Amino acid sequence: MNNVTKMLVTLVVIGAISGGLLAKIFEWADPQIKANAQRETERAIFVVHPEGKKQEKVTGIPDELYKVMDVKGNLIGYAIQIKGNGFQGVIKMMMGVSPDLKKITGLTVLDQVETPGLGSEITKESFTDQFKKVDPTPAIVGKKGATETPNDILTITGATISSVAVVKIMNLGIEELRKLKKEGKI
Amino acid sequence: MSKSNSPINDFMNGIWKQNPIFKQVLGTCPTLAVTVSVVNGVAMGLATTFVLLFSSLIISMIKSLIPNQVRIAAYIVVIATFVTIVDIVMKAQFPELSKALGPFIPLIVVNCIILGRAEAFASKNTVVRSGFDALGMGAGFTLALLVIGGIREILGSNKLFGFVVLPDTVEPMLIFILPAGAFLTLGILFGIANNYEQKQKDKIIQKAIAAERSAKLVTVPAAPQTETEEA
Repeated sequence: MNNVTKMLVTLVVIGAISGGLLAKIFEWADPQIKANAQRETERAIFVVHPEGKKQEKVTGIPDELYKVMDVKGNLIGYAIQIKGNGFQGVIKMMMGVSPDLKKITGLTVLDQVETPGLGSEITKESFTDQFKKVDPTPAIVGKKGATETPNDILTITGATISSVAVVKIMNLGIEELRKLKKEGKI
Repeated sequence: MSKSNSPINDFMNGIWKQNPIFKQVLGTCPTLAVTVSVVNGVAMGLATTFVLLFSSLIISMIKSLIPNQVRIAAYIVVIATFVTIVDIVMKAQFPELSKALGPFIPLIVVNCIILGRAEAFASKNTVVRSGFDALGMGAGFTLALLVIGGIREILGSNKLFGFVVLPDTVEPMLIFILPAGAFLTLGILFGIANNYEQKQKDKIIQKAIAAERSAKLVTVPAAPQTETEEA
């Protein structure tokens, strides 16, 4: 066997063994990974809709949108996964809104890489709970220092960019919901 | 390489004499990036040790079958296989940890410690020795990450292993959990390690001088002023 064939055979054999091994392990782990992701999403949905008992994914649209029902099966609102650019990277959140889209029922941050201690404060309830009282029509506004209108929320001192990014992502999300509602898809 | 080649020696080599972080300065990228807390640091260290151990064992076993020209490619495939196994298992069993370590687990593939040990040790030594060398290097790496992670977690967030250890009145120094804090910590630890090493060397030299002098004193008593100068 000459050298070139030997090189080829060695690499093919190593590659095949490694590929086969990984396929087996992935087969074992895949259902668990999917279950973890599912659990994470469900947890977030019921955080933004504390009275929610059941959820159902809305199909046929590009967004990750869930209908949330109470014990009797009545629609109590929607939960939508929204994301956009923050200060250092993508901020991913779950936002809960009432069925008429006039009220925000809750917000929870799923993923963020903002500055620890400053921008990362957006994950705290002291920030996210503000949105429960805010009027999202026509749009939410982030204000420094003091709030003036029902549309306003307070931004975090030292983390204006992260706070405003959250507000912007939420406004885009609400707009998307309004569009879907108009088109009769939800 | 150490003169004696007992397995214990191979293992201890990685802990201090050839510690991958403090002596070889390999794999500093994950070191700086993941050590915001002890748990993250130790998890990274153990994941790297796992990959290091199994790839060293396999590479040492198949070293004579691999043609020299494609050895690096073959090593990388072996290493990548074990890294992917760690990544998948972590995602399935420890989703929180996997989220915290994020992209740094797949990047173990290009961690220079692993390829470095494969090329410098496993491809030239027996399976048993390679195994002990890998364990030692992994333990040394994990210990280094534990120390760095501990310092950064205490100073940066008043916690250790996630438990509050400093009272609220101490304002946490945020910079220590930011990238700059990683460089400060690592730099100061390098300084301490090198200083210690230098002192050890000085001691040996002093001892040699003292031995020589006492030997001289027996035969020819030295003049007192030269003695004070030397000391």
